[in-house]
Amino acid sequence: DPQLQRFIEVETQKQRFQQLVHQMTELCWEKCMDKPGPKLDSRAETCFVNCVERFIDTSQFILNRLEQTQKSKSAFSESLSD
Amino acid sequence: KLDPGLIMEQVKVQIAVANAQELLQRMTDKCFRKCIGKPGGSLDNSEQVRAGGRTGDPRPAWSGRPLRLCVPQKCIAMCMDRYMDSWNTVSRAYNSRLQRERANM
Repeated sequence: DPQLQRFIEVETQKQRFQQLVHQMTELCWEKCMDKPGPKLDSRAETCFVNCVERFIDTSQFILNRLEQTQKSKSAFSESLSD
Repeated sequence: KLDPGLIMEQVKVQIAVANAQELLQRMTDKCFRKCIGKPGGSLDNSEQVRAGGRTGDPRPAWSGRPLRLCVPQKCIAMCMDRYMDSWNTVSRAYNSRLQRERANM
């Protein structure tokens, strides 16, 4: 059923998003929230936004570097097998 | 006969419930840490975490009854609201980033 298929794709995507928001909120809370006050002040808000950006940067960096080290490893092992 | 529309609706509800539970679990964890110091015999009697600042020296009140300043419940309530604010901020920031990434592709 293509309709169901599409539905599963969309919901899976949405869940991935939600899960990351949960995770980042937890992490960034530790870094950005000192004492919970009557409202979220602008400094804390900025901290949260930066935190999200840096987390995604970190995630991308890790993926890229892993990809690079894998490539160089396989090149190395290829030259050995000659 | 199974109605796919109905199934999809039910799945959506289950997903929403799961997300709400996840949020509640993490919020409870964080606010417990922020608000409860040494656990007492009840929530009222639990020492509140002293964040940096004044020493919070309880001045001796009248007739020796301890002057309880801020009950942990107030801290927890505020913490809950701030956690929701944080969650929303993170959600917006992440969404913006995703849109930017898509635009750059």
